[in-house]
Amino acid sequence: MEKNRLSEFLIEKSLVITAIFSIIIILLIVLFILMEGFPAFEDYGFFRFLFGMNWAPSDGEFGVFAMIIGSIYVTLLSLIMAVPLSLLCAIFMAEVAPNSIRRILKPVIETLSGIPSVVYGFFGLIVLVPIIRTNFGGTGFSMFTAALILTVMVLPTIITISQDSLRAVPHEYREASFGLGATNWQTIRHVIFPAALPGIITSIILGMGRAIGETLAAIMIAGNVVQIPGSIFDPVRTLTANIALEMGYATGLHYNALFGTAIVLFLIIIILLLIANYIQHKYKVDVGGGYL
Amino acid sequence: MMNRIEVENLNVYFGDSHILKDINTEISKNTVTALIGPSGCGKSTFIRTINRMNDLIPSFSRTGNVYLDGEDVYDPKMDVVDLRKKVGMVFQKPNPFPKSIYENVAYGLKIHGITDDDAISARVEESLRSAALWDEVEDKLDNSAMGLSGGQQQRLCIARTIANNPEVILMDEPCSALDPISTTKVEDLIHKLKKDYTILIVTHNMQQATRVSKYTSFFLNGEIIESNLTDKLFVDPKDSKTEDYITGRFG
Repeated sequence: MEKNRLSEFLIEKSLVITAIFSIIIILLIVLFILMEGFPAFEDYGFFRFLFGMNWAPSDGEFGVFAMIIGSIYVTLLSLIMAVPLSLLCAIFMAEVAPNSIRRILKPVIETLSGIPSVVYGFFGLIVLVPIIRTNFGGTGFSMFTAALILTVMVLPTIITISQDSLRAVPHEYREASFGLGATNWQTIRHVIFPAALPGIITSIILGMGRAIGETLAAIMIAGNVVQIPGSIFDPVRTLTANIALEMGYATGLHYNALFGTAIVLFLIIIILLLIANYIQHKYKVDVGGGYL
Repeated sequence: MMNRIEVENLNVYFGDSHILKDINTEISKNTVTALIGPSGCGKSTFIRTINRMNDLIPSFSRTGNVYLDGEDVYDPKMDVVDLRKKVGMVFQKPNPFPKSIYENVAYGLKIHGITDDDAISARVEESLRSAALWDEVEDKLDNSAMGLSGGQQQRLCIARTIANNPEVILMDEPCSALDPISTTKVEDLIHKLKKDYTILIVTHNMQQATRVSKYTSFFLNGEIIESNLTDKLFVDPKDSKTEDYITGRFG
């Protein structure tokens, strides 16, 4: 009895310690980024940094606005392509496909998420860039090319998680709907999809996080020109690419400005998460469910 | 009195297991028929053959026929959507959709192509009144159905079924998850509904069978052992297995 209580105590405490440990690591990283980036805001001016159009470290110009737009455009463009594609795929896998097909599809899609991003980037460079160049003109290095590759990269995240939440919808709802004479598609559209929506939104948030944070593939195919793109076939530079491209040789204020870029990225992700959480929360209140 | 449902030599299999064996029975119009028997004897499977809910299970197969008003339910030309509209079902566990009370009842109407809002809301009110739930929910039709008590949820499920204007209502142990007061309400409702609907109710509660039904069929190991007027079956069972079951010697 005494021994049981001791081991309970030890297990509980060690769980607390590991949890605290990981929180501390995250806090330290955030603190470090803030400390290193803050001088850039102080010396250059926060709003000038945020909304400045000119990024020329050798001239002491550190405006990241074009890269903010670049990151957001690339992410949104890839989500516009990835969300419909992956939701339809998830619905197919969860509700329509027979077990034999599902057993093949699931590992294939999970493998997609295991491929390193440099491989995707390489594929984009060798295959997609020439195709875009031949068909749409320009260099082929463009926002659209990068978005295409990001689409493929976020597919497995969105498909896997939304598929799981579709399959987690209680079987009773299906029975109730079929029992009322609904067709398979009516049941999916009006019962299963809405019930799984909180999970589906989560999958889109995670996909979005992956797209906006993706660095290597973006560097390899987005063209990295600091500009607000006039069309989707113009090259762009993303915030992540900016950090990775210049970190190797940056010193002084330039170095701080790159950390400043990281802070901006961080803020964008937080804002997107807040918006997504708000939508998710609002939806949950509407149904009064709370079952997913 | 005409028979609404006729079942001829029905055999049902799930994969290799023979679940229902040579079922022959007739269910007359606008009556309540109770199906009793120990768990796993095929009662639920039987009522699910009538609205073809078993079709959802891949390993399901059958021989024999089920007729609804003389029409072969398993005829390849039979429209399953139409069949399930005519043969509504109430499940063991109350299973309202995670939508508002109003939307739960309106769902069946909408999927069957009714778009006129006035017609839908009139039908929603009428169905909720028939299910004896209107007075409890009229002020909160837009609230989530998940906030109702179990008994209210089950009556909502009945209202949802009634909204489709079915001819037959199948009830699969509708009170097994409910407390005694809710059970009484659902039973009162069954009494009220029987003049308009043909009702089949699966129950493990023999008192319930005597309270609500006119006819009772006793199932055992996939066979109907005995069918009779409820009063006769419980007072004077013809088969010794029926007698053993209703006197509580097994099951």
